[in-house]
Amino acid sequence: MADRRGIPHIAVERCKGCGLCVSVCPEAVLSIDESRVNLKGYYPVTVESGESCIGCLSCALICPDVTFTIELLDDR
Amino acid sequence: MSVIFKKTAGLTETDTHYCPGCTHGVAHRLVGEVLEELGLLGDTIGCASVGCSIFSYNYFNVDMIECSHGRAPAVATGIKRTVPGKTVFTYQGDGDLAAIGTAEIVHAAHRGEHITVIFVNNAIYGMTGGQMAPTTLSGQKATTAPTGRNAELSGMPLKMSEMIAEVPGATYVERVSLHHPKYIRKAKKAILRGFTYQLQNRGFSMVELLSTCPTGWGLAPVAALEWLGNNMIPYYPLGVLKAPEEV
Repeated sequence: MADRRGIPHIAVERCKGCGLCVSVCPEAVLSIDESRVNLKGYYPVTVESGESCIGCLSCALICPDVTFTIELLDDR
Repeated sequence: MSVIFKKTAGLTETDTHYCPGCTHGVAHRLVGEVLEELGLLGDTIGCASVGCSIFSYNYFNVDMIECSHGRAPAVATGIKRTVPGKTVFTYQGDGDLAAIGTAEIVHAAHRGEHITVIFVNNAIYGMTGGQMAPTTLSGQKATTAPTGRNAELSGMPLKMSEMIAEVPGATYVERVSLHHPKYIRKAKKAILRGFTYQLQNRGFSMVELLSTCPTGWGLAPVAALEWLGNNMIPYYPLGVLKAPEEV
């Protein structure tokens, strides 16, 4: 069976750095990027290992700030 | 490639003022998604409450009205009776619905008004600074209960959904939680069901969403999700409390 492969996109300026998405991601795709701050003044979430994303939508479902857009790769 | 999740048109582009990790944002998104999927964005009137959700009229991409504290069900009643073809909902927190607005919610349910109530229960007064609410758990600390809520002084937390489910005029009452993606999927189904009953003119529906208040609870956002699951759900059990018989 082909692996389900997702591509997470992050609207960095919407993010408040709460980290809920990081806590629910089953594949450890996401992390908080403490090397920069967004315009709101938060450390935003970033894609750490995008190739591991399975498109389960957990991050998008728990995000209170609708930071995520998720695409699904069909050709895998 | 196909987009499997994107921001709903049911929300405006305005960023919310909610604290990081507050699940109000999740509740907003679910309501927006349901209204979009039902094709109701042009035909819905929302009634905003007082509390942290006071600015929700800036975030829902539908016509909104700001109501006096606790009176959203009364305002919704007037709107629905005046323009019965519109979908009317209220979005209220526990300080609004379970405290100052207890009379309005009970009597709106009792009259069987054809409205949908979104009740966000985070067991504390968030906006005003973390004071004890009627829904604050026994032993839970708040700024007005620094050693924890004492049942002898303040009574036990009020279970609004159980109370409304006992009202003969209520059609559908369900309690769901926003502390985990699995439960968020169920919450969306409950909200969809609530609005669907309104579209079918089947009467009053209320969906209680257990929600976090990391700032008011004094917890980090992720710890607040765990606290909800470990402490709120045992006292506020999830599930359908009342529904039409044939469903």
